[in-house]
Amino acid sequence: MFNPVYIAGAGVIASIGDNVAGCMLSLENYRDGIGEMQWLQSVHQHQLPVAEIKKSNEELAELSKLPVNTIRTAMLSKIAATEALSNSGITDFMGLRTGFVSANSVGGMDKTENFFQHFSKDHNAGRLRNVVQHECGSATQFVADKLGIQHLATTISTACSSSANAIFFGARLVRNNILDVVVAGGADALTKFTLNGFNSLMILDHLPCQPFDENRRGLNLGEGAGYIVMVSEKAAKILNIQPVCTLSGYCNANDAYHQTASSPEGTGSYLAMKGALQKSGLQPGDINYINLHGTGTKNNDIAEGTAIKNLFQPQYPKMSSTKSFTGHTLGGSGGIEAVFSVLSVQQGYIYPNLRLETPMAELPFTPETRFLKNVNVNHVLSNSFGFGGNCTSLIFSKL
Amino acid sequence: MEKMKIYINATTGISPQESFGATVYPESITQHPGNWFNSIEPDYDTIIDVKLIRRMSRIIKMGAAAALKCLQQAEIKMPDGIIVGTAYGCLQDTEIFLQRMIDYNEELLTPTAFIQSTHNTVGAQIALLLQCHHYNNTFVHKGFSFESALLDAIILLNENEMNNVLVGGVDELTNSSFDILSRFSLYKKSLPGNLYTSKTKGTIAGEGAFFFLLSNLAAKKNMAVLNAVDFFYKPQNSDIIADKINALLSSQGLSMNDIDVIITGRNGDINNDALYDTLEQTVFTGRTVINFKHLCGEYPTAGAYAVWMAALMLKEGKIPQALSSQKTGNEKIRTALVYNHYLNEHHSLFLLTAC
Repeated sequence: MFNPVYIAGAGVIASIGDNVAGCMLSLENYRDGIGEMQWLQSVHQHQLPVAEIKKSNEELAELSKLPVNTIRTAMLSKIAATEALSNSGITDFMGLRTGFVSANSVGGMDKTENFFQHFSKDHNAGRLRNVVQHECGSATQFVADKLGIQHLATTISTACSSSANAIFFGARLVRNNILDVVVAGGADALTKFTLNGFNSLMILDHLPCQPFDENRRGLNLGEGAGYIVMVSEKAAKILNIQPVCTLSGYCNANDAYHQTASSPEGTGSYLAMKGALQKSGLQPGDINYINLHGTGTKNNDIAEGTAIKNLFQPQYPKMSSTKSFTGHTLGGSGGIEAVFSVLSVQQGYIYPNLRLETPMAELPFTPETRFLKNVNVNHVLSNSFGFGGNCTSLIFSKL
Repeated sequence: MEKMKIYINATTGISPQESFGATVYPESITQHPGNWFNSIEPDYDTIIDVKLIRRMSRIIKMGAAAALKCLQQAEIKMPDGIIVGTAYGCLQDTEIFLQRMIDYNEELLTPTAFIQSTHNTVGAQIALLLQCHHYNNTFVHKGFSFESALLDAIILLNENEMNNVLVGGVDELTNSSFDILSRFSLYKKSLPGNLYTSKTKGTIAGEGAFFFLLSNLAAKKNMAVLNAVDFFYKPQNSDIIADKINALLSSQGLSMNDIDVIITGRNGDINNDALYDTLEQTVFTGRTVINFKHLCGEYPTAGAYAVWMAALMLKEGKIPQALSSQKTGNEKIRTALVYNHYLNEHHSLFLLTAC
């Protein structure tokens, strides 16, 4: 027998808000977080807009109650994970088996790239404290320790689908009775490394991005963290939690087409969405809202759109890319979008796809451009697709 | 929950020993002179398309070749899932891109190194080579990277949604990682005559890429059964470790008397090895204990080397002479326990039995 997986709460920090309430307010007011970089140091400062969290490391250290020299990803991670726990009403784990499954794509690269400038000239140079948290697993372990999560901490890194896979794995730990409470999601801070990496691939927009627009030019990188708390039935009773929704479906598939590009027909995306529907026992027509991966690149949006067309035609649910607000937060995006999806089910929200001017000619549907309230949202599909063909879809459902 | 039996249908890997393609544990030990053990790399042309090899960094080549060879040995074309554990990911490509960012002041960079620097590259390249659209995941959690990957595979097989999963542990050693970790005092200045008796601080650096084809179905030929895996973080003392070991054994209806060989992660660092000393005087008393890090060096996914070694020994039913200083009887080796810890933070246990 497998345990059902309940979602107890959510926490988030992104360029559009420091917490769930702040992000919801920005989403409702069509206010994106994209602009000229203020804290990231790069020669591309005036050319490449980013969705930066409007806080210095000193301010984040204060908010996260962590030392100021902590890697930025760990600070973001702790802020969002702490909110997810308090949002769930958990103040004490009551001896339950707890886990922290977190994701990120470049770990402590914000500090490593600084270290490397000195180290590359002389291998005895560079301050070790700037590289001690380099590994992806460091951020997770550090935050798990601070949260007092003891039984299991692990890290997943599958590029842009990392935190969707962390939620997927976390859910299966509860489902298989290995843990009672799991905080799962992911975080990534902006770094010069990723900015230049995406720039070298020529997929960054020099203007605020326009996902699913015929004239889209690319993505904007962002930073942030998002976590949900998943509990078993037993844990919900012991912790006196009123679950907000459930994770009813999930699937991980691989596009197996190219290291960075998606196949034109979106094979991986199609298989992930289809598998998640199968897992949940739902039909395409049951989905009320799709939180798109929707990066705004030529390649992603046509692949994802084609896969949606093939799976959903002729009836399309409402859909939008909230990356038009938060930018693409890489290892954080699946977590942040899971939080938005949970809120969609819980509050009946549909989020707008910003800056949509000309719908894509190849697609028979158009993303939602308005913020809708009081919608009866029973099932939300959240897509996260990444480099390496790693595609993961999650389905959040009303109880 | 009723757990199903999980078989290791096949396993192979690339390491500082002659491990690639070996069906029995190599009788002779390859000695490395320094405090740095690099892998003995095979001729990749025989297993990966030559056109693709050129672009691959060392860790991608080692990982992809080990994975493909493992599938060949298991006679499986398409696994139901591919899961990789790597603590450091693709260091060489990360360093190249960092260096170019500095050299070219963030302008006119080519993307290849960046593309291949992401931690899921090895898993993704295996999927690409196989055209495998199935489950694909990468765990990157320090000394639990390989262990997490194994746990994921075991859960997938227990859920009975898959019948065979390819799971591996890979990490590469580079000049930079060696120099940085040396500054953190991880390594000895030079290799002592006997790694385990020098009673000094530090260990030796290693690397490797090992893959396992796990299945919930008995194949025609199986290497061993993987009965249980457990891993735990920062146990306060050796009593807690002893409790974990006993709990793992009793969960399988076994006691320490049933264990024919214990493989420990002793690495020559006096502080690191203190725990193994304590356990050998307590729970491990009277058991045959062997070590493996004088063969592969220390690295976060070294547990994969020990599991590979255990599987080969169980298949053969004996401990290779080169590995045991203790006089072992002629009775067949049927049960092996691996206990390893990385920097005394990440501790792991693997229990395997002969088929």
